[in-house]
Amino acid sequence: MSTKKFMYLNRKSSYGTVYAIESLEVVLIAAAFEQDVSLAFIDDGVFQIINDQNTDGIGMKNFSKTFHALGDYDINKLYVSRESLEERGLNEGDIMPLVYEDEDDDWKEKPSVRVISNAELSKIMSEQDVCLSF
Amino acid sequence: MKISIQINEGPYQHQASDTAYQFAKAAIEKGHEIFRVFFYHDGVNNASRFTIPPQDDRNIVKLWADLRQSDGSDIDKVVCVAAALRRGMLDESESSKNGLEGNNIHPSFRISGLGQLIEAGIQSDRLVVFGD
Repeated sequence: MSTKKFMYLNRKSSYGTVYAIESLEVVLIAAAFEQDVSLAFIDDGVFQIINDQNTDGIGMKNFSKTFHALGDYDINKLYVSRESLEERGLNEGDIMPLVYEDEDDDWKEKPSVRVISNAELSKIMSEQDVCLSF
Repeated sequence: MKISIQINEGPYQHQASDTAYQFAKAAIEKGHEIFRVFFYHDGVNNASRFTIPPQDDRNIVKLWADLRQSDGSDIDKVVCVAAALRRGMLDESESSKNGLEGNNIHPSFRISGLGQLIEAGIQSDRLVVFGD
């Protein structure tokens, strides 16, 4: 099977609607297809990977821990819009410290998340074969 | 061109399914092939065989069911199994597997996994997403 560049574009926060968790379900299934996968977080989507999420008060599953598993699935390109963070009073320090082990570099632990400008993000998006928007 | 479509919203509440249908119809008329239509999120509700709109309105489920490729062959319409079960959309097999009676998936749709969406992305020249 051929390899394509797949991007999952996350635009909504985690619990107000079902998009975030069902997007993550697609990403995890898709990992088995060995495609070139990246995730982007823009608009309210940046809330999905914020640190210290706690859903105790709303009776919903806290699925944010699942993002930590992405590195084990060779999904290590997570782009976060700097503008979207700033518009919401957030910064890089509010994001979960997601890492992966680089097999080409003696399994050294490296960060999976890159905070980039919307201009850089749109360039990366234009290089994709398939862009799934959630 | 080989085109696949993803629909993320339910019928009537949202225009996504209508627009996707018009897009698919136009693409077929232009000689393109619809490789697959994948129904996800509330989009799974587009496959309910119990949908009964008022007589003077369009029947979205029937529109999808009746849509054909330009050579008259069927269009592969896949309903995501996880999204469907979560929302009480069942075919006969899922219904009996879960010890329930009755099923509501229109026979021109089939239930399958998310892998079908990824495969559609790989096999098609374009994957077009309709939703909010």
